[in-house]
Amino acid sequence: MTPAELLIEDVRVVAAGRDLVLDARLRVSPGEVVALAGPNGAGKSTLLRTLYRARRPTSGRVLLDGEDVWRMGGRRLARRLAAVPQEPPGDFELTVYEVAAMGRSPYKRAFQGDDAGDREIIMAALEALGVSALARAPFDRLSGGEKQRVLIARALAQRTGTLVLDEPTNHLDLRHQLDALRLVRELGVTAVIALHDLNLAAAFCDRICVMDAGRVVADGPPAQVLTPALLAEVYQVDAELTVHPRTGLPQLSVLPGPAGRTAARASHDPLRPPGPGGRTAASHDPLGPSGPGGRSAP
Amino acid sequence: MSARTPGARLPYPVVLTLLAAALGAAATAGIGAGSVALAAGDVWGIVAHRVVPALVEPTWPRVRETIVMDVRAPRVLLCGVAGAGLSVCGMALQALVRNPLADPMLLGVSSGASVGAVLVLVLNVSLFGAFSLPLAAFAGALAALCLVYSLARSGGRMTTVRLVLAGVATAEVLSAIAGYLIVTSGDPRKAESAMRWMLGGFGGTTWDLVPIPAAAVLLGTVALLGVSRPLNLLLAGEEAAASMGLNVHRFRAWLFVLVALVIGAVVAVSGAIGFVGLMLPHVVRLLAGADHRRALPAAALLGAAFLITADLAARTLIAPEEIPVGILTALVGGPFFLWLMRRKAAR
Repeated sequence: MTPAELLIEDVRVVAAGRDLVLDARLRVSPGEVVALAGPNGAGKSTLLRTLYRARRPTSGRVLLDGEDVWRMGGRRLARRLAAVPQEPPGDFELTVYEVAAMGRSPYKRAFQGDDAGDREIIMAALEALGVSALARAPFDRLSGGEKQRVLIARALAQRTGTLVLDEPTNHLDLRHQLDALRLVRELGVTAVIALHDLNLAAAFCDRICVMDAGRVVADGPPAQVLTPALLAEVYQVDAELTVHPRTGLPQLSVLPGPAGRTAARASHDPLRPPGPGGRTAASHDPLGPSGPGGRSAP
Repeated sequence: MSARTPGARLPYPVVLTLLAAALGAAATAGIGAGSVALAAGDVWGIVAHRVVPALVEPTWPRVRETIVMDVRAPRVLLCGVAGAGLSVCGMALQALVRNPLADPMLLGVSSGASVGAVLVLVLNVSLFGAFSLPLAAFAGALAALCLVYSLARSGGRMTTVRLVLAGVATAEVLSAIAGYLIVTSGDPRKAESAMRWMLGGFGGTTWDLVPIPAAAVLLGTVALLGVSRPLNLLLAGEEAAASMGLNVHRFRAWLFVLVALVIGAVVAVSGAIGFVGLMLPHVVRLLAGADHRRALPAAALLGAAFLITADLAARTLIAPEEIPVGILTALVGGPFFLWLMRRKAAR
């Protein structure tokens, strides 16, 4: 369970003649938690797939502690790096326990059963995600959020020093978003997490790496990466960044309307008095744990 | 263990014991029933006497022993072997395509095997001796499986609709080819052999038909048990399976070959029997759960018991005539398939 160093070296993924990921470079130190952000289709999931051997890079390498993950064999990698992919689960009546138990597979040979140690690890993982009471329930009858937590538990049961999570907070309610990310933090593992919620990323990650159109366009501590200029360029939104008075974290408020046209739209909205500079505060706040300060524009 | 399995399920050892008992009862009934009816005690006495002669004093007429050992026992044994093979292969196919509507017959695998077997008979090939027929059936099954899989998959995704349509269309075309080959073959018993290959049947089974499929099914089941964890991982999805250390492409290719081998060996002796591989894995999942480590042995036992029972019905319902056993399995399996589809759609 020693956290490993993860190095992405000039990874390029081409599919059907199109560059999904282009010259991606990223270094994640042991124990560091890095958020991968960017608009839909930016190549986040594709890049993550190259880390857990679901998609071979067209060129470039992914190194875990200096070792190429595509040369070390699947089982060996699965004992050192676990993933929570975005994928609809199948139509079979596995129980929650059985789904989490899959995480022990990389340690097992043919015909080898789960021993007491495995069962303890599996139950501990379910407990950590607060789903141990559901152990005997059929997985496909759970809510989306419960399923997601079980899948994270499955990755925990792999007992790896590195975690790759593709939008792990999808379907989770506010509390469980926080719990899941806090858990990853507290594990002390190296983690790469695709996240849409930039406020969550700022709160729980050491660095934010932003991708756009297959390229890494920014990489650094949240306070440096999250700038109105970058958000306007990458997401084409108007955003304001403040420092949250109580947490001291960068706090992002997205203003309605595409960048450059907010002023025009604001005048059509009689319900919202124009703020400073004719802009309105976010009517829809996609941000998770923003607390009381998150919703008011300065 | 019991604390972590769903409360609604029976404990696993109980499930296995019940299934084994069902298999024993089906086999006893299968050997006992027929134009000369035998009591269960006689059946077991004769079998025990044949295995360990000193164990039981023969108190039965010699002709009964001949009926049991030369006529009924090989047939019941072959039914059991075929049922177990179809059932475990159905379960493996369902994991392979990640779809509970998969079945060797529905996916055209059995029809592919039929074409291979019929070709060998028509062309009178005997290149590999006794193995010519099963090998040709294996080649046909493998070709059909690869064809359906590539047809059903587009852009890395496979929908139920595409899978079932590709399977049904392939199965129809291959059955038609097999039928055509039989009709144009100059076989004096065309109608009968067509029926056997298209609808399945165990009429006229002798001991020499048993060893090859028995070995294939036994080895195939053991091999599948050995990969029950990877099979579980396939249920989790391709990406998740890869992230947990499975080489999905290699494993899938390996499974294709394994399933085709077992289905080929079974179809070469029984013809194409549908729905066994569809229904029984579902029943087993209700009884023992979807974890392949527990489900596969149960599927083998239940498949064997089911096909022995179906064959028993096939030869006794309108005795002295026989119904092709595939007709009976389709009569039960078709409605089951529809029920499953509706249930799946409702979720």
